[in-house]
Amino acid sequence: MAKIFYITLNNKRTKCSEGETILEVAKRNKISIPTLCHHLDFSAKGNCRICVVEVKEKGSKKKIGDLVTSCSTEARPGMIIKTNSEKVKKSRNLNIELIFSEHVEKCESCVWSLNCSLRKMARDYDVKITRFKERKENRKIYKFANAVEIDGTQCIDCRNCIEACSVMQNINYLEIKGKGYKQEIVPTTNKDFDCIYCGQCALHCPVSAAQEQSEWEEVEKKIRNKKKILVAQFAPSIRVSVGEEFGLPYGKIVTDQIVSGLKALGFDYVFDVNFGADLTTMVEAEELLERIKYKKTIPMITSCCPAWVKYTEFYHPELIPNLTTSRSPHIHLGGVIKTYWARKMKINPKNIEVVSIMPCTAKKYEAKRKEMKVGGNYPVDNVLTTREFAWLMKKNKIKFGKLKNEKSDNPLGEYTGAGAIYGGSGGVMESALRTAHYMACGNKKSGVCRSKIDFKEVRGMDGVKEAVVKVAGSPLRVAVVNGIGNIEPIIENLSNYDYIEVMACPGGCIGGGGQPIPTTKEIREKRIQALYKIDKGKKIRKAHENKGVLEVLDWLEEKKGLEHKVLHTYYYSKRLKRGK
Amino acid sequence: MNILAKIKKANLLGRGGGCFSTTLKWKMVDEASGNEKYIVCNASEGEPGVKKDGYILKHRAEEVIEGIEIARSFLNKGKKKIKVKAYIYINGDYYQTLGPGLLECIGKKDIELFVKPHGAGYIGGEETSILNSIEGERIEPRLRPPYPTTNGLWGCPTLINNVETLLNVSLVNSDNYRKERYYTVSGKAQNKGVFYLPDDWTIEKVLKETRNYPFFDFFVQVGGDGSGVVLNKKQLKIPVNGAGTIKVYKLQGHKAEKIMKSWLDFFLGESCGQCTPCREGIYRLSQIVKKDSVDWILFKEILENLEESSFCGLGCAVPIPLKSYLKNVAKLPGVFIQDQKLVCKCFK
Repeated sequence: MAKIFYITLNNKRTKCSEGETILEVAKRNKISIPTLCHHLDFSAKGNCRICVVEVKEKGSKKKIGDLVTSCSTEARPGMIIKTNSEKVKKSRNLNIELIFSEHVEKCESCVWSLNCSLRKMARDYDVKITRFKERKENRKIYKFANAVEIDGTQCIDCRNCIEACSVMQNINYLEIKGKGYKQEIVPTTNKDFDCIYCGQCALHCPVSAAQEQSEWEEVEKKIRNKKKILVAQFAPSIRVSVGEEFGLPYGKIVTDQIVSGLKALGFDYVFDVNFGADLTTMVEAEELLERIKYKKTIPMITSCCPAWVKYTEFYHPELIPNLTTSRSPHIHLGGVIKTYWARKMKINPKNIEVVSIMPCTAKKYEAKRKEMKVGGNYPVDNVLTTREFAWLMKKNKIKFGKLKNEKSDNPLGEYTGAGAIYGGSGGVMESALRTAHYMACGNKKSGVCRSKIDFKEVRGMDGVKEAVVKVAGSPLRVAVVNGIGNIEPIIENLSNYDYIEVMACPGGCIGGGGQPIPTTKEIREKRIQALYKIDKGKKIRKAHENKGVLEVLDWLEEKKGLEHKVLHTYYYSKRLKRGK
Repeated sequence: MNILAKIKKANLLGRGGGCFSTTLKWKMVDEASGNEKYIVCNASEGEPGVKKDGYILKHRAEEVIEGIEIARSFLNKGKKKIKVKAYIYINGDYYQTLGPGLLECIGKKDIELFVKPHGAGYIGGEETSILNSIEGERIEPRLRPPYPTTNGLWGCPTLINNVETLLNVSLVNSDNYRKERYYTVSGKAQNKGVFYLPDDWTIEKVLKETRNYPFFDFFVQVGGDGSGVVLNKKQLKIPVNGAGTIKVYKLQGHKAEKIMKSWLDFFLGESCGQCTPCREGIYRLSQIVKKDSVDWILFKEILENLEESSFCGLGCAVPIPLKSYLKNVAKLPGVFIQDQKLVCKCFK
């Protein structure tokens, strides 16, 4: 047990336990201290100097205390701390004003503008935001594919993006160039490193200098012009996260509000990517059993995370044969919308625009991969992040959370519990195992073929989860990699496994680079719990029991050429092409 | 008497400029747990105007190395399990000329010469920056605590001592320590150089005894040409502090604008860029003094913010030369003498 002691915090005797920082103690006591560079995913850096507080150590004879950063200073017995003294205000405000001079305001078009911590500080602390002339207007904007960008004109040098890219994800693509006021965050010139578009830099940026390459303006234009049939589809994980943008509690399930929100924005049809996930499970489970049966390349590795796919193609092209050829859920569903559904509705697929609402920045990149095209059409025309979607609703004054609940359109709106858990680490594997178990057993229902639903070994927030699970009685050696930073040791021991799931973002898609800010360990856990709650509440929890999916698969089976195009994809080494 | 008692009795202070108690530092590293410890002899000498570490390495390398070995045996004494590795972190220019001699001197002792990377500059001599430098990380200070004494090189307890401090250790050990220190005199002095004199002499006495006391009106900067304090000639009856330097400036005809700019340029180039007050503050200071009408109120506010909320000693040191110069020599603007609003045009 940690030692308990007392400090004086803003003239009040306050209990603390050993090891707590001043910031933590203040937060626990509902005393607000502003922060910028501080993020619960990282250890304290103490570089923005906005969280300064005035401290007198026990027994100090000083009249006025010293300033320390509350994020990095542990409380000590007898400390006398003031969080809002004249000295604190003076220093804190000047530091905020200096930081403002680094950030060229682009609030008009910034999806972050209504949540912006800088603007909030300006209001809360009476900061003169234009005290210093902006000094970064000539800085560069670095774009990474069509997914992520780092806008040097807005960067406040907090280095959270570096922490995310290097410490958290072990990608090491971002670097600090130069020093002092000239320092700049830049992509590395080392050609052995490349961005995987995971967007964790954006998720950890306090001022949206690192951000998604936005598509909301384009989507808004499409809605306004109304020339085509507009179809929206939303990812498994966003129904447990987007509510946060509207003040709802972490992990609040808002599926039906998302549907009505999208309809209110002007979409003609709304489908659920959970349907696509069920489809993906069918394709993937079948492939897994086939690989095992015919002793093809083992282990099979999941491919629905496009950042992981990019990682494979760039860093480990030798593993391309291990990736399942199954497309990812939203690409599957997009393809089905523009073939099966278009045919059924008698609409020319060229007149359909599919917009995916995704927790992810890499999905923007995936959607534009040329090999995704089906009959000359991209399955998905635009990808919006959860943040972009929330911004569009706020901008259009849609009262999210208070709308009349609506259900997704049919037939592509039905889903099972298996589809629902795709949004969390371990979910793809668990869904595939449920279905593989069934497929391997056929109609047998006794003995080793007793119905199996929960594979709890692959759940949870550990960086790597390993287990030997029984599928139809046979042992299957599985691993789940939760966060790309944990991948290398698994690759080194590949022969230990039959099936591996990899999600580049910690927690899986619920912690994706396009999710609401902040995203922390505690928040990721709440979101993931909500997914399992959806699963548990579903009558049907196995993908192969989704009748709509079976009907689509039957339909595709008859259209020989189309079937492969809609369901499968291929990969190629990005090693040769780098530097282009 | 054991070495720590001797050091305590001699009251050795860190000669890198910080004047931290050597006894305390040694004790902290000794008491820190771990079977692997490091010693770093800091010979980076990045502060402009300081020449004494190079001088000592040139003339008294054996004694410095002896000091390192004394520290090593102090740290693993009686505990054979404790491995102690030592580095001499040396300024690149010194390495060019003194490298071969030093290597010969080191012989088979477990001491590695680590050359301070080109461009590491002043901040590259700050002790946690040295740790980053040796580990191959970006050269800039680390967040403290934890301190190097418990979490230094690769997380191990690390004793970082200046060249002169280690020299003093060896002198104390052989009972030859005479409470002397090295002074560097530079600038508009007649007899510039490095001098070895009693450590309690006043600035005035050092200048007079070394035949450097000017016959013209002058002022000095003491304790480093970058971060040292500026004093007028009536303020010289105090001991020389910090790294033991005295730079002499001619009062008549000196250009306030130029001298302020030179300090600001120095800090502007040396700031690592981690923290807001230093990265942004120094930039704004250098912009402010360029203007025809200098906003001294803001200038002072930024300086005070550097003093109070900077990440490391570099930021905290910026106000030292600037404030003391404005107060003691320029006598302008009033804002630095008494807090009254004064925006003046004195530098153009």
